Amino acid sequence: MTGAQFSLDAGPPRSSGRSRGARLAVDAGDGQSRRIVVAYGFWIFLISDVILFAALFATYAVLSESTAGGPTGRDLFDMRTVAIETACLLASSTSCGIASAGIRTGRMGLFHGAMATTFALGAAFVFIEVRDFAQAIGRGAGPGRSAFLSAYFAIVGCHGLHVFAGLLWLSTTMARVYAKGRRADILRGVLCFGLFWHTLDIVWVALFSLVYLVGLAR
Amino acid sequence: MIASGTVALALTGVILWVVVQGHSRYLWNEWISSVDHKRIGVMYVVLAMVMLLRGLTDAMLMRAQQAVANHAAGFLPPEHYDQIFSAHGTMMIFFVAMPFVIGLMNFVLPLQLGVRDVAFPVLNSVGFWLTATGAALVNISLVIGEFSRTGWLPFPPLSEIAYSPGVGVDYYLWALQISGVGTVLAGINLVTTVLKLRAPGMTYLRMPMFCWTTLATSLLIVAAFPILTATYAMLLLDRYLGFHFFTNEAGGNAMMFMNLVWAWGHPEVYILILPAFGIFSEVISTFSGKPLFGYRSMVTATMSICIVSFMVWLHHFFTMGAGADVNAIFGVATMVIAVPTGVKIFNWLFTMYGGRIRFATPMLWSIGFMVTFAIGGMTGVLLAVPPADFVLHNSLFLVAHFHNVIIGGVLFGAFAGYEYWFPKAFGFRLHDALGKAAFWCWMLGFYVAFMPLYWLGLMGMTRRMQHVDNPAWQPWLIVAAGGAVLIAIGVVLQGTQLIWSIRHRDRLRDATGDPWNGRSLEWSTASPPPVFNFAVLPGVESGEAYWSIKQAAVGGPAMAPAPAGYADIQVPGNDPLGFTCAAFATIVGFGLIWHVWWLVSVGCICAYAALVKFAWRDPREHVVPAATVALIDGANRTARQNALRPLQAAT
Repeated sequence: MTGAQFSLDAGPPRSSGRSRGARLAVDAGDGQSRRIVVAYGFWIFLISDVILFAALFATYAVLSESTAGGPTGRDLFDMRTVAIETACLLASSTSCGIASAGIRTGRMGLFHGAMATTFALGAAFVFIEVRDFAQAIGRGAGPGRSAFLSAYFAIVGCHGLHVFAGLLWLSTTMARVYAKGRRADILRGVLCFGLFWHTLDIVWVALFSLVYLVGLAR
Repeated sequence: MIASGTVALALTGVILWVVVQGHSRYLWNEWISSVDHKRIGVMYVVLAMVMLLRGLTDAMLMRAQQAVANHAAGFLPPEHYDQIFSAHGTMMIFFVAMPFVIGLMNFVLPLQLGVRDVAFPVLNSVGFWLTATGAALVNISLVIGEFSRTGWLPFPPLSEIAYSPGVGVDYYLWALQISGVGTVLAGINLVTTVLKLRAPGMTYLRMPMFCWTTLATSLLIVAAFPILTATYAMLLLDRYLGFHFFTNEAGGNAMMFMNLVWAWGHPEVYILILPAFGIFSEVISTFSGKPLFGYRSMVTATMSICIVSFMVWLHHFFTMGAGADVNAIFGVATMVIAVPTGVKIFNWLFTMYGGRIRFATPMLWSIGFMVTFAIGGMTGVLLAVPPADFVLHNSLFLVAHFHNVIIGGVLFGAFAGYEYWFPKAFGFRLHDALGKAAFWCWMLGFYVAFMPLYWLGLMGMTRRMQHVDNPAWQPWLIVAAGGAVLIAIGVVLQGTQLIWSIRHRDRLRDATGDPWNGRSLEWSTASPPPVFNFAVLPGVESGEAYWSIKQAAVGGPAMAPAPAGYADIQVPGNDPLGFTCAAFATIVGFGLIWHVWWLVSVGCICAYAALVKFAWRDPREHVVPAATVALIDGANRTARQNALRPLQAAT
């Protein structure tokens, strides 16, 4: 048994894996591969976050018909505001990408400008969403009205909370870059922030399709 | 009231003793703010052991109550009894079994992979302290307010505000939300460590089995715990803000809670058992003096359990109306899981076959496990048959089954790992005879306590009964109480063993760093390992990395020549972020439970400030100079050489 296992390990595909393992373990302290490890770990965190959203999506799918005689998605959703929200988020993802490119190439003005744009667009998104929620609650279509509305508020609100947390992170990151410059650990932070922000965009695309488009089509 | 007073008094006493004796600085520098994976691993295990005492106390109370409360009220009123069984389950799963296995993984994994730490040392500390926060909140409920009365999983609508208006369920939910975040952080950290940090030449198929089971468990944590977080968040929204996810009104759907919570809950049992499987693989191979039989089938079995564990959740509620076809599919899927598990049992047996077996304490736990777990597995397959489940569900048969696999599997595994790696952590072994005595008490105690429960279940006794009115059940309940006493004696013996071993540690000293004649890399460094684990990162050229080094040494020079030179080693400096975060998390959690909103805001703002302060600090890497590394490694090599010399003379 062990013989087989060892001979297999000596095969050519393994040796390439071996040199990779060697590099990572030995260089774990320095900039380049630490960047890989950090980004990798952050990807795994993002997967866990996406699974959290998946649970909320499943819940929404189950409860989307349970309106208990209250308003449905068709009564509630306004395509125009949703379109503006979507535009804000997609544009903020673009500016976030520009910011990453800016800091990588050392153009700090570009970085700060693009980050500020990202913040403004994200804040606009949160503002519109909060206003939307307040209006719905004012009309008696709050989360306590029906199971459908509970699920709607939870999934959209959870995404909004993520964007809000992202804004806090964004402003801290900007301040940190401003105060400390392009240090290796700060660059890693910017990288992770970018991954986080783009992931929120992807989640929003799913939200837009499954909650708003399907809700309006019903 | 008396119990809570005693706990508070004991806690104050301990803190006072620490301060008066001048240990507070040591405790802070070496443990609380440490980001060393070995220290954090040890703290996880200590947390688990302390909480085990709490869970055991609950268990003794329940067994005593059921033994006397036949046609009588007993000594525990129903609302108290319900809190006790809820707290027992919550404690044992989330604050004993989980921290125990995560602690062992934390301690052992980097050593086995031949690296200096986990991928994210500070995050590791945060994860541990958030887990400790959860445990603290559950224990605070003992003194202030009450605990949940809804069982170890808060099934709605009972757990909704209409039927459980007190703070009990809130204590439960917030404790688990906070510790759940800690667990996810630990899972992310361990996955990244296995996949991205390994010693040079440590390919996947050269990793010790425990690394594989750690990987599988951590993947399950990352995939399953977010579902729990989402589910409990929904229940919290129901309770706090009047949402209608699981209520009876406005279209709420309580069955959705069942599906969601068990989509986490079934992977959870494999999160617990897989590390134990890894420990048994290490222990059985070491004490049989043979490589693990069927290494690659073991890897395959582990990873297939990892996947199939997500496809069986519905067997937890066969009786709740899914229909015959769905039940059949999930029943078959459940039975399929027994196949890779059976493969593992046979692999362990064949590892022992023809080996020169040493019956040290870890090996006894492993053999006890194989016998006990096989029985628990078979009753599990029995419960997987939907028609049988209709008869047995919610009965003591089920209670006996899951204690059979969790005590006989997870806990025996944790104890085997504790005995096995204790000398690595502290530099001296645990007293063997006391360990064996403790093992026999646990082993016999388990059978005496839980075999009657199988029988009672077949007689129709349901679980969670505060008192019963059937004289035919009483003899069995009295026997079960006797079994619980035996287990308690086992725990007392384990405590005695620990204290005795610490007092006589010079007699039990492990000078070589390799007390069991081990096969993997953790035994190639000193006991306890230096803060950087390895002076020079080991080069791995085959499976069983350390065993092959030792084999090469037989007949040759006693050891490989000393490395040509040592380099400075950077180790991460201490960081109080974990402890600070946990302190604020405790405050926020407490405020949320009691609806003290100003406290919640203060806690949140302080936590954010702590994070910003963390982000602001300059990287503080503590450098161990090359000369110190050479000194430490030299001492390790000398000790090893002295130990190898008589062996060489013999060959």
